[in-house]
Amino acid sequence: MKKYASRIYLCLIFGILYIPIATVILFSFNNSPSTAEFSGFSFYWYKELFRSEEAWIALRNTLILAISSSLIATVIGTAAAEGIYKMRSKLLKLTINSVTNIPMMNPDIVTGMSMMLFFAAIMGIFRIADYNNIGFLAMLISHTTFCLPYVILSVLPRINELGDSLSEAALDLGCTPIRAFFKVKLPNIMPGVISGLVLAFTMSLDDFVISYFVGPTNFQTLPLLIYSMTKKTVKPDMYALSTIIIISVFTLLIASNIKSIIHTSPKRFKKGGKIR
Amino acid sequence: MQSIAAAPHIFWAILFIILPLIIVVFYAFTDANGKFSFSNIASLPSYASIFLLSLELSVIATAICLLLGYPLAYIIAKSNPRNQKIFIMLLMLPMWTNLLIRTYSIMAILDNGGILNTLLNTSMHIVGTKGAVIFGMVYDFLPYMVLPIYTCISKIDKNMWEAASDLGCNTFTTLTKVIIPLSRSGIISGVTMVLVPSISTFYISQKLGGGTFELIGDTIERQFVTGALNVGAAISLVMMVLIIISLTVMNKFGDPDDGGIIV
Repeated sequence: MKKYASRIYLCLIFGILYIPIATVILFSFNNSPSTAEFSGFSFYWYKELFRSEEAWIALRNTLILAISSSLIATVIGTAAAEGIYKMRSKLLKLTINSVTNIPMMNPDIVTGMSMMLFFAAIMGIFRIADYNNIGFLAMLISHTTFCLPYVILSVLPRINELGDSLSEAALDLGCTPIRAFFKVKLPNIMPGVISGLVLAFTMSLDDFVISYFVGPTNFQTLPLLIYSMTKKTVKPDMYALSTIIIISVFTLLIASNIKSIIHTSPKRFKKGGKIR
Repeated sequence: MQSIAAAPHIFWAILFIILPLIIVVFYAFTDANGKFSFSNIASLPSYASIFLLSLELSVIATAICLLLGYPLAYIIAKSNPRNQKIFIMLLMLPMWTNLLIRTYSIMAILDNGGILNTLLNTSMHIVGTKGAVIFGMVYDFLPYMVLPIYTCISKIDKNMWEAASDLGCNTFTTLTKVIIPLSRSGIISGVTMVLVPSISTFYISQKLGGGTFELIGDTIERQFVTGALNVGAAISLVMMVLIIISLTVMNKFGDPDDGGIIV
């Protein structure tokens, strides 16, 4: 009896969670411009979408931004995690951690506002007349900034877990500190680095609020495009775009889960150099 | 000496986290010409009613998320490991679907000429009510409540459950006396992760509020669109201070090593 009750509860919640997503997917195949009445199946809106240059540019921009900001955040963040681990002063550690977490704790709208005002001030100081000139740079800096805490938070526990003994052994055997880091430490903390990178990438991909405040007119990302589409009466081409995004995310999620299943199997012991 | 590796990050944080916040403070205390002024701060009380409305709606939404999310997290944590993975994946997919898409599709369903009304052949006015906005917040942020609580419950030692039943607890008292107190840090991070985005949202209220009422996020966004940056900065500043105070208070009750981030 109890088992059935919990089954019904699960189905109910997941049902409610998925009904809106299912509607988006269903209506993307509608053959009329209505988003309320389904009159027949067609690929019309997908063809329309693929013909739209705006959507392709937005996709390209989103990917360029997500890849570059997550890579920069991963490099700076991994180095920062190692540096924070080596710090002796507890107070300094605490201060750095709290400052790093500010963009994560603050509402996006406040981070967006502060970034926007910051770049407005930069424009004033350097006498830049057109915001579009620094627009991409502003987006890149903002995205890197809100991705950084996620990278540090997924790398730092790995470094703490690994401890010092391996790097010390490497140093005893004649490695320079830098070589010891790249040869010994980095391969061992790699899972944390990768998950930080993936997390940063998805955060950047998904961000709307901060991009809305910082984004210039000549660099539109997919969430910004969706926002401008929902300002007008929405045609199912927005649904087609959303369906493609949902399906890509779903594929990515399944792919990464398959990877995690492989990772949890005993095979990992065969990979050289890894200690866990 | 190797702590030098943190130098780029410290530099970055000072330049792009601390400096922008100082600029927010600067804007909040100056007028449009850059002269020192209290007029923005003085205008804040007129936004008090909007702020209270945002607080009301987001607190209700957070409470509903907790009431719905805790049992869900509990059921998932108690199911067998393979199902757990599937359920968590099912929970993460809506979370990774863009918020704009999710919110818009709820609007398309609930709207006056929307899918629900077309299917039922009725003309219910749901969009534009407080209920619709609260529903949107619950729908959009429920996974953020469930995941930290689930992580916390699944970490609880299996022996705890057995010990509780050995010592005479039934399922209900095990839950209230053992499991809920032990998952406190998950509850706290879940509450934070739902409360902060729902109090500051502007898209949900724009779409599901149907333009009938304004939340504090809408107010900030409007200042941004109309170029009244100084007032916008003042409201942002107050919101940030209030949120940081409440988070610090909440974290006092939680375990700092636990929860907080979902991966």
